[in-house]
Amino acid sequence: MRTYDSIQTDLSAGVATCESITQEYLGAIEKGRHLNAMISVFAERALEQARTVDQKLAAGSAGPLAGMVVSIKDVICVKDEKVTCGSKMLEDFVSLYDATVVERLKAADAIIIGKNNMDEFAMGSSTENSAFGRVKLPHDPERVPGGSSGGSAVAVRAGMSTTSLGTDTGGSIRQPAAFTGVVGLKPTYGRVSRYGLVAFASSFDCIGPFGLNTKDVARVLQAIAGHDPQDSTSAHVPVPDYLQSLTKDVRGLRIGIPREYFAEGLADEIREALEKHIDRLRDNGAVIEEVSLPHTEYTIATYYILATAEASSNLARFDGARYGYRAKGIQDLSEMYTKSRSEGFGPEVKRRIMLGTYVLSAGYYDAYYRKGQKVRRLIQEDFLKAFRSVDCLITPTTPSTAFKAGEKSGDPLQMYLSDIYTTSANLAGIPGISIPCGTDHDGLPIGLQILGKQFDEPTILRVSDFLESTFEEGSGN
Amino acid sequence: MTRQLHPDFEPVIGLEVHAQLLTKSKAFCACSTRFGDEPNSNVCPVCLGMPGVLPILNRNLVEFTIKMGLATHCTIANRSIFARKNYFYPDLPKGYQISQYEEPICTGGFVEIELQDGSRKRIGITRIHMEEDAGKSIHDQGAETLVDVNRCGVPLMEIVSQPDLRSPHEAYQYLFKIKQIVTYLGICDGNMEEGSLRCDANVSVRRKGETRLGTKTELKNLNSFRFVERALEYEIHRQIDLLGHGEHVEQETLLWNADEGIAVPMRSKEEAHDYRYFPDPDLVPVVVTSDWLEEIRTTLPELPTERRDRFLRQYHLPKYDADILTTERPLADYFEEVVRALTPQNDETYKLASNWTMTDVLRVVNTEKIQIADFHISPSRLGEMINLIVDGTISSKIAKDVFEEMLRSKDSPRTIVEKKGLMQVSDEGTIERIVDEVIAKNQNQVEQFKSGKQQVFGYLVGETMKASKGKANPKLVNELLRKKLAHAEET
Repeated sequence: MRTYDSIQTDLSAGVATCESITQEYLGAIEKGRHLNAMISVFAERALEQARTVDQKLAAGSAGPLAGMVVSIKDVICVKDEKVTCGSKMLEDFVSLYDATVVERLKAADAIIIGKNNMDEFAMGSSTENSAFGRVKLPHDPERVPGGSSGGSAVAVRAGMSTTSLGTDTGGSIRQPAAFTGVVGLKPTYGRVSRYGLVAFASSFDCIGPFGLNTKDVARVLQAIAGHDPQDSTSAHVPVPDYLQSLTKDVRGLRIGIPREYFAEGLADEIREALEKHIDRLRDNGAVIEEVSLPHTEYTIATYYILATAEASSNLARFDGARYGYRAKGIQDLSEMYTKSRSEGFGPEVKRRIMLGTYVLSAGYYDAYYRKGQKVRRLIQEDFLKAFRSVDCLITPTTPSTAFKAGEKSGDPLQMYLSDIYTTSANLAGIPGISIPCGTDHDGLPIGLQILGKQFDEPTILRVSDFLESTFEEGSGN
Repeated sequence: MTRQLHPDFEPVIGLEVHAQLLTKSKAFCACSTRFGDEPNSNVCPVCLGMPGVLPILNRNLVEFTIKMGLATHCTIANRSIFARKNYFYPDLPKGYQISQYEEPICTGGFVEIELQDGSRKRIGITRIHMEEDAGKSIHDQGAETLVDVNRCGVPLMEIVSQPDLRSPHEAYQYLFKIKQIVTYLGICDGNMEEGSLRCDANVSVRRKGETRLGTKTELKNLNSFRFVERALEYEIHRQIDLLGHGEHVEQETLLWNADEGIAVPMRSKEEAHDYRYFPDPDLVPVVVTSDWLEEIRTTLPELPTERRDRFLRQYHLPKYDADILTTERPLADYFEEVVRALTPQNDETYKLASNWTMTDVLRVVNTEKIQIADFHISPSRLGEMINLIVDGTISSKIAKDVFEEMLRSKDSPRTIVEKKGLMQVSDEGTIERIVDEVIAKNQNQVEQFKSGKQQVFGYLVGETMKASKGKANPKLVNELLRKKLAHAEET
């Protein structure tokens, strides 16, 4: 397992080439096959790309991510490669184009090694909902890595790529980052182009990086952030220099602790781990303040109304007519739709399509969708108010550490509640990062979440980087 | 009209008109909107609804719709939003159509139509909104249905009228006015047969004096001006017959079958749609700043009614002439180009220009089925020809021959007149000789004239013109003939 710093050291010392590094990662993928983190691996392409980058390095014309090996959640399009979305529906579907983030990574000379397994259409919190089998937690294969970007988190944890791209619609980057003990960043909505991301819930979906440390996550964000003319919802806000924000100095920083996030339902060990870190911040000159986000209790309900409404429409294009799965032996159009979609989608996807169709239906729209939009605004206002007195917030990422496979898959509500601390950031469109902050009695990673103001990734990266450095020192004691 | 409407009932009609906009590229991607290309050639991942794509709004779609809004006195929203209209159909790749629902860009306008008695009536416009077209399903190619996606994403504007129309003729007038406005604005070619202008109608009838609306039906597939009137007549009679027999009208959607001249109910399954509209999260609100709005306003051309009124005012043309000349913008432009070439410019020459444009130019354009723009005689050439009439170089009669020759050659009218020797003869001596000859040859008629048969005079004028091969100045012929005959009387 290596960070990009170590890759750069080896490359400049001449003890490794991009090609040899890519070989290393391909070896790790092979070794970690049982974890089922990858849906496809482009060994030949990656090696070819690595050789090209080696030439560029020799010529002194390589991009800022030269030698970084990246894997991509299989919901993001890479030209001429399959994009399955973890679904039987798109089992053999090959994308016609590169997503903007992939284009930008390639332009920065990152090496794309393959695609990560995931919950079908990014719907799930355990990566058990993949048509290609569940992803296993490296620490304990009986447990889940979180989801829906479970494959992307595990790929980084198990050294199959230096970093990876996941997507976060309600916590799908941060929750698996917490479960697997890596850093996962969900940027501000609009910070990173969604062009080429197969939409689940368009007003929530964010692409973000996983890495072994904050620095690597910041580097990837640097490469992929910024306005994209192909995404109207991508912001025209200038992209700051994220590495420069990693000052390891938190003096005077005002940090809010939302009391609703430390209430009933939170595991004691997680609370204790977080408190240690909060103390460390206070000891180093940060100002800690309790704040309130009064509409927190409506977060999950609001999220599941609005996100499923958008999903029901976004997933309508998978109808068997033009591409993707089409059921056999169909007699007419209506049967083609019904059978193709019944057979092509898994149960969780169907559940959410039905939920979303229901909340948009005539007679229910006002009671659910419109009301949901109103509550979303209240939740946004909660954050705006809190951010008037503090620079960022610290919360647990999840109420518990990684659970056992099958433990919650029979109870959707329990599963949904595992995202209780993460979905609010998607409702409010603010950035959030999860970093490892210790382990529980089973040795399972605990995640700490830092939430920031819109487009203020520099602050949360700074706190994250600071905690990371003191944690490493601390854990050495 | 085939049958008079029942005097006790009045129909209430509202129209929904879809106009395909003449933007070069599609509403949400850069693909061409060209009509008639190889099926599925003007496509890209965006209009094909590939996984992961996002729409990017075409600014021209907004501008064109705002132009229509301004031309029909609508309020232009400074913020409007797009919505998704969800339904499954193979020619709808995304499974939803991007449209506007709750916050359309234009609301609350009107157009004026002219009734048969010459009075004007305001027809309210509820809203005008932007949307994208679906593709085309082709069902007649064997057992399979084929889909052409070229039309997917072509920008449309939907104009919804108030239920202010009270007869099929009013509906026709309204639709005609809408077509006139969109073509004047240059935002739609207005061709109903090719589907660039499509019309659905909501129809109900009620007893006169009743203020509540009756149950309405929706008529679809009215794809020509003629069908609109015929289908409405059919449907109104059907509803009146039902009500007259004490039955009630079923709320349903009917498809006009032009071949059989009947409206057939669509299968209820096809119309039982719950479109589940909701704001499209992939697009940001359309914000129209006052600067942008003013910029668009300055590009508005003179509209048909204003132009007609100006023609009445400026050229003192009869109403009939002004109406015809302003029917289409190219024709009105043609006329005004002719006027520009006239010397002198006065009511007499304006009327000449009007006559030539309305009768001779339109005759050729209509028989050859061409556009005014493709007409062989440029307006400045026609103007020159009219000048030759006015300055006496040629007679109106000879002008007809010159006009025919101008259709075939590129020569200026003066050159044609010179080459063919069509110059009018205004030399008194020459005409006098011809008149003398005519009198000598037609002694019978001269005698009749002398005995008081005035109408013979016309005959003698005709003979003189004929003898001069039409070139003699008719005014002089008249004068000289009168003089000679008077003289002959005395002797």
